Formats: sequence, structure tokens, C-alpha cells
Amino acid sequence: MTVIEARGLRKAFGKTIALDGINLHVEEGRILGLIGPNGAGKSTALNAILGLTQYQGELKVLGRDPWTERDQLMRDVCFISDIAVLPRWMRVSQALDYVAGVHPRFDLAKAESFLAKTDISRSSKVRELSKGMVTQLHLALVMAIDARLLVLDEPTLGLDILYRKQFYDSLLNDYFDRNRTIVVTTHQVEDVQHVLTDLMFINRGRIVLDCSMEEFESRYLEVTVHPEHVDEARALNPMHERQALGRSTLLFDVKLTHVDRQKLAALGDVRVPSIADLFVAMLEKNPADKPGGKPQNQPGVAQGVSQ
Amino acid sequence: MNTQSNTLPESFGSQGSASAALSKTRPFYWSVRRELWEYRSIYLAPLAIAGVILLGSVFVLVPLPHTMRTLSSLDPSHQREALAQPYDFAAALIMGAAFLVSIFYSLDTLYGERRDRSILFWKSLPVSDLTTVLAKASIPLLVLPIVAFVITVFTQSIMLLLSSVVVLANGLSVTTLWTQLELYQTLLGLLYHLVTVHMLWYAPVYAWLLLVSAWARRMPILWAVLPPLAIVIFEKIALHSSYFVALLEYRVGGGSEAVDSMQGNFPIQPGMHLTPGSFLSSPGLWLGLIVAAAFLAAAARLRRYREPI
Repeated sequence: MTVIEARGLRKAFGKTIALDGINLHVEEGRILGLIGPNGAGKSTALNAILGLTQYQGELKVLGRDPWTERDQLMRDVCFISDIAVLPRWMRVSQALDYVAGVHPRFDLAKAESFLAKTDISRSSKVRELSKGMVTQLHLALVMAIDARLLVLDEPTLGLDILYRKQFYDSLLNDYFDRNRTIVVTTHQVEDVQHVLTDLMFINRGRIVLDCSMEEFESRYLEVTVHPEHVDEARALNPMHERQALGRSTLLFDVKLTHVDRQKLAALGDVRVPSIADLFVAMLEKNPADKPGGKPQNQPGVAQGVSQ
Repeated sequence: MNTQSNTLPESFGSQGSASAALSKTRPFYWSVRRELWEYRSIYLAPLAIAGVILLGSVFVLVPLPHTMRTLSSLDPSHQREALAQPYDFAAALIMGAAFLVSIFYSLDTLYGERRDRSILFWKSLPVSDLTTVLAKASIPLLVLPIVAFVITVFTQSIMLLLSSVVVLANGLSVTTLWTQLELYQTLLGLLYHLVTVHMLWYAPVYAWLLLVSAWARRMPILWAVLPPLAIVIFEKIALHSSYFVALLEYRVGGGSEAVDSMQGNFPIQPGMHLTPGSFLSSPGLWLGLIVAAAFLAAAARLRRYREPI
């Protein structure tokens, strides 16, 4: 069952192109991470999926057109966004009552049992809660909705590491199952590396990588090379090299360079790279793709997108 | 769960129109409730005015026995005037407060949800933009007139009760007080005024303010006032005419067709001729309602494009 199907999705703000005709295909039961630098078009893509912004091209979410059928779609889709804040004047009890009132698939008892695990009191106003607690409240509201697609746009921005860990733990343990789909964007990629089933890099409105996590783990390898093997390793055509503590770490696209793991193991310590390292490698490989990187190479091209 | 939700839209119709109607009215009902949570001034402002009036009415109570004694020397219409004045005054003040709240509410509500960035939270729930805008419009069009009426009834009842106690304590009869006041008729007149003028006649005014509220990126009050002012000035300079001013005066001045204007518009006197027939047949009313509907539709449409500011 396809949850999101986009073909040639395009969106421009004036002369700035936020989405440059991307194709998306997300199946049910996946957790897709959309990773990209600021202004790469992630939020624009998510807003289009949620019916919050107009777009060109084809887009169907759960078989519906998000722009014209937002209110229908929201029965099956939930989202938490750094900018979709809970109203500060609202009491926790009012938020529960309101969502229970308007959402046919909201389970009040479930939301209350999530909240019982936190320090949030029902009589508090949102303005009195800490940022972490507001996110907990929002997550409790969303997890109690029997939705099929959950969209998270920088859900843990500004949260400390404890809240972030809790957030993804409860998402995986109490919410996610084979019938649900999650799309998440975040800059804190290390938090989601072991959460995702699929990975997508987006830069300048284009998709630069689209693979499953299994593929990611088998295709990309990172080797911290023994000093005496550095030249030998460099000859194998790594996609990126970085220096740390006097040692070189080289990143290989195994599929592209046809080197095998054993050969690399002979040169140093082999491991699966972090998403962040691959991301840096892929964007630095093509400096023109890096926003704000080398503007002198790209005169007249807008760097990033103003939201 | 998967197949269930797939078949939901189809099976919905077969479950009968009752549940379909329920699923339509529930978001509306809860949207209105949440407006009352957010804008507590909707009932607090008229209540505060009522409290001030009740405090002030104590000063009317002190000379009341004296007024009652001298009353018999006056003719009946002046008797009524002397007694009813504080009651009419109270009704007018409460209604004025409700009207002011209506204006500021309408101007703020669709702007405020973008300013405090909560609009995306509201949009993350299955409530359409039209339902939201209609729920917001129902505050000045329905909720505030009802609030004003109920609070006036209570305030006037308490005033009458206090007056009666004072009059009785002074060994006087309450008959004159009760018969001259004709509170029941005054309240009926008030209700009529609220429905005709505040709900129906002013509908395009509130709808305009809501539209501006959905549209303005900053200072909606300026956007509400400046464009009409610009039209007035342009018309004056370019065309040497003032039809638009007349139109505005006609609208803001209130539905004069609602009552026989011989007796003035407000306070509503008992025995004043209510003329619902001529009000309902005036083209101004219906044109106004059509314009109001167009403004609200435009506001709902605009809200779809709106993002936090």
C-alpha cells in the first residue's frame, strides 16, 4: 500500500526553487528520514504532503490530494512540527477535550495514559510547560490518534538529549507498527540513525540519495586507515576522506568502486558510517551542491530557500 | 485497521445521515468552544460591565423611595422614564460592551492564530477552513448577542429585585415600579434589536473584519479602516461624490427599517413599533447578508493559504 506518491513535485517561492521536481514513493510501514541542509526543501516537501502549501506536479497522500482535501486527510495523517506549536493559552485538559471532540480517531484514555508517565498536570497551561513537556504533550496527543501517516518536522529541535531519546523510544515502542508510516526530518541525524528504515538526502530541491537502511549499511563503509596503508586506501577511489586525531578516515561506496569488505579490513577498522558522515561526504563531493559552500562558483544562484 | 479506513468513506453514507450530520456538527461545536476558551473576554467583558452597573445601581437605590413618592405627580410616560432610565442604561452598556468585544474579536481571531503560530496545530486536525471560519463568525453573530441578552436579563432582574426590597423596606408599594417598568417588554425589544441589528444588519461588518483578520500580515486594524477610507477619499476627489460614505453610514447607522423610526432607535421603548415586515423586506438586509457570505467564503479560502507570521 502506497502512502505517499509524488511525481515531479515542484514548488518555487518567487525565483527561489524550493522543490525541483522530486519523485517520492513511500510504502506503508516505513520510517523515512528526510535529511538535508537548511533550505534544502525538506519542510516545503512536508508542507505539500500535509496540504499546507500549494505545489505543481502530482501528489497523492493516502490516495487524496492534500491541498484540496486537507481536512479529510487529517483524519489519517498527524504531524508534529517545530513551527506547529500548541497554543500557549490552552490548558492540557482543554487540548485533550478539543482533540477528542474534533478527531474521530482519538483515544482519550490512551492519551491520558501517556501523559500519566510524564510530570504534566492536566490543569497546566501550555505556556507554563517547558519546551520538552510541550513536545511530550504533543506526542501524547498524536500517539493517541489512530493515524496511518505521521509527519515529524524537526520534532526534537531545542530539546535536550534525554527528551530526544525518550521521544524516539516512545515513538518506536508505543506507536509504530506495520500499518503506520512515519516521515521525519531532523538535523539531529544521530538520533534517528537506528530508527529509520529508509533514508533520503535532499539538497537544493533535489533528491540526492534514496535508499533503504539495509542498502545504506551494505553499500557505504568507512575505514579508519593505518598510517602505512593510506596511499593504498586512497588508490581505491574513496568518495571522501577526513582527518581526525592524525588518522585518516576514508568513506567508500562499495557498489560503485567494487572494493569488498575484506580488502578494506586489511587496511584498517571498518564500520558503517554515520548518516551525518555520508551526508557530508556526498555534499562535499560536489561542492556546488553545498548551500553557502562556494558561492563564487555559482554566481547568481540563490543559496537556500527563504521559508 | 488498514482496510477499515479504506472503506470508511464509502460505508459512511450507509450509516445514515444522523452520524454524518453529527460528524459535521461536532468539529463546529468544539471549534466554538475553543474560541470561548481562548477569548474569555467574550463573556468576561459584559460580565464586568454588569458588575459595575450593579455597583452603580446602589447609588440609584438610595434616592429611590423619594423618587417613588414624587412619582404620582408625574404623568405616566414621565413616570416610566424616571424609573426605567437605569434599566435602559444597563442594557445599552452591556450591549455596547458586547459590540466592542465583537469588533475586536473579529479583527483579531484569524490574525492571532497566525501570529502565535498555532494555526498549523489547528490545521493538523480534521477541521476544514470553512468550519473554522464559520465557528469564528458565530461568535459575533450568535454567541455575543446571546451572552449580552442573558447578562442583561440577569442584571435587570437583580436591579429590580434590589429596588423592590428598598421600596418595600420603606413601606411603599412595588406595584407602580413593576407595572411602569414593563421589563418583559423592554427585554423583548432588546432581543429584537439584538437579532435585527447586531446579528443580521451588522453581519457584513463582522465578516469584513474577519476577512481582514485572515488577510493582514500586521496591524489588521489599519487594514480594516484604511481601504474604506481610501475609497471615500478617492471618490470625493475623483468623482466629487460621496455614495460610499452614505453606504457606510447606512450600514453602521443600524437597520433603521427594524423599527418605526418615529420613536428613535434605542433605548427601545415599550409600545415602540417593531416592524419586522419592513426590515425583512428591505434590500439592504439581504444585500448585506450576501456580502457577508462572500466575505466569509473569502476568509475561509484565504485561511487555506495562510501560514504563521
